[in-house]
Amino acid sequence: MSEVVQKRSGTQMSEVVQEKDNYFKSLRFKKKVGQGIILTILILGSLLILSPIWWMFATSLKDMKEIMTYPPTFIPKEWHWENYGIALEKGSFFRYTWNTLFITSFVVLGNVLANSFIAYGFAKIQFKGRNFLFAVVLATMMIPGFVTLIPQYVLYAKLGWLNTYIPLILPAFFGSAFFIFLLRQFFLTIPNELIEAAKIDGANHLYIWWKIIIPLAKPAIATVAIFSFNGAWNDFLGPLLFLNDESMYTLQLGLQVFKGQNDTQWNFLMAGSIMVLLPVILLFFFFQRYFIEGMNLTAGSKG
Amino acid sequence: MIQMEPKILGKSDIKRNSKHSKTMVSLQRKEGLQGYLFIAPWIIGFLFFLAGPLLFSLYGSFTNYNITSSMDFIGLDNFKKMFTNDPIIWLSLRNTLYFVVVSVPLTTAGAVLLAVLLNQGVRGMRVFRTIFYLPAVLSGVGVYLLWMQLLSPSTGLVNTLLGFVGIEGPAWLTDPSWTKNALIFMKMWSVGGGMLLYLASLQGVSPSLYEAAEIDGASTFRKFFHITLPMITPVIFFDLVTSTIGAFQIFQEAYVMSESGDGGPANSLVFYNLHMWNKAFEVFDMGYAMAMSWVLFIIILVLTVFNLKLAPRWVHYEGEDQK
Repeated sequence: MSEVVQKRSGTQMSEVVQEKDNYFKSLRFKKKVGQGIILTILILGSLLILSPIWWMFATSLKDMKEIMTYPPTFIPKEWHWENYGIALEKGSFFRYTWNTLFITSFVVLGNVLANSFIAYGFAKIQFKGRNFLFAVVLATMMIPGFVTLIPQYVLYAKLGWLNTYIPLILPAFFGSAFFIFLLRQFFLTIPNELIEAAKIDGANHLYIWWKIIIPLAKPAIATVAIFSFNGAWNDFLGPLLFLNDESMYTLQLGLQVFKGQNDTQWNFLMAGSIMVLLPVILLFFFFQRYFIEGMNLTAGSKG
Repeated sequence: MIQMEPKILGKSDIKRNSKHSKTMVSLQRKEGLQGYLFIAPWIIGFLFFLAGPLLFSLYGSFTNYNITSSMDFIGLDNFKKMFTNDPIIWLSLRNTLYFVVVSVPLTTAGAVLLAVLLNQGVRGMRVFRTIFYLPAVLSGVGVYLLWMQLLSPSTGLVNTLLGFVGIEGPAWLTDPSWTKNALIFMKMWSVGGGMLLYLASLQGVSPSLYEAAEIDGASTFRKFFHITLPMITPVIFFDLVTSTIGAFQIFQEAYVMSESGDGGPANSLVFYNLHMWNKAFEVFDMGYAMAMSWVLFIIILVLTVFNLKLAPRWVHYEGEDQK
């Protein structure tokens, strides 16, 4: 293009420059308008997305009379903080929280240890049938949960594991397909030379896994820990099926019972919901980057 | 040739062994054994929690098992019953299909659109990303309770907001023709999960492609349909396949939001899994429920294979190594 410009005479050239200048000016203007429109959409969208959470908070502080008035109020006229105390008293939330924390910690521990161990085998050790077995791992993700849920229930019943935490905790120590996949993805980015060098120094795979890979893979391991915390904390189906004793209930199950006892007592129900959701919300704000890391690993392998 | 046990092959053996290739083979075998050791937890879990139960369920689907009874082989009776003597199963299948067909395209399109908006280099992208992603990490009974409140017909937030723009909102969870849409509406709230997946892949699209298109004077829409969309088709494909499988198995939402699995008004929330749950754990007709689970498995399998076969027609893989 520069050749063309050089060939032109002086006057023509300035015209061209002027024309180009206008072109870019209008382009920049267009871009600014476009950005303004996008920004407006995003701000409105954010308000819409956040409004349910505000609504939950506002409802939890109202009294039933205000909840039932029409039109509804967006900001509570009176802030009834005591709703939280009443909700805590009405449901055995302390008990449920302890139970949930107990299960969740073991599930997180199991998932971190087992999945990193298994993923190391798939990512860094050569053995016969490795690719085939990994394909099996991926294929298991397609099996609908209910196909194995019924026989698992029968199995646990026969083993006398019903109404214990074993069915909720034990499987975490044997790996889960998605986490194996995620960690293997990350381990593959760790150079093999590192492992070869450690081997020459006399390290075995167990040592390499524990002392080299796990420290290097902290971000991915944090992702697995957070995802599995979320999964165990929010698990409803498992506790619903395997636990009978109310003293053993988890928060999710407790909330469901609480719902039955306080039908349409929306202030207490919302206060209970907030208390159950709060740890997850806090976790999200503090460890956001690990959530995003997990998504990037998943997307990176597909795109 | 003497078969050597890999574990007794120590360093002294290697020194004594004159044939280099033989040592290599043994070392490889030792390495291989360690490989199996590392994946052993998965193999045990696979046999114990998956393969075993699968076999049990496959056999169980041809029996009249009800957890206390013996397992009497009754041939195809369970499957016959599905077709002839259980009208609810057809209703549940229709409800499930409606949910899949409406929710999957909506959430996919919503996620792509949101990701494209966020990828325009607007200021504060991180903040927006956080806000839109937040609902995706929230799940469970707390969220369902929240939405039951949000969707309450006269005093809920949704109908109040709709009222502002002059729309009279439906009765959502109490009107049989709106219950499923209510669940889909709720699903749309957490569209940010998929958005994040697309955002990651959008950021991998080379800017040079857009620059080239701009020089050729391509409009925004042309750029979107001819560059952006083709480049992210692998992720769209992945998302479609996994979210279809997920949507077929909808259960918790319906269980909590209709009084403990009673199926909602006029059975409009009886999804396939909810019906299966009631058969297995309410009336303990487990043989029948296991047969149902295999029918679902086959439906999902056929759909996934169909998706995989269809993929080369529209999924664009950049470069050969990623195929």
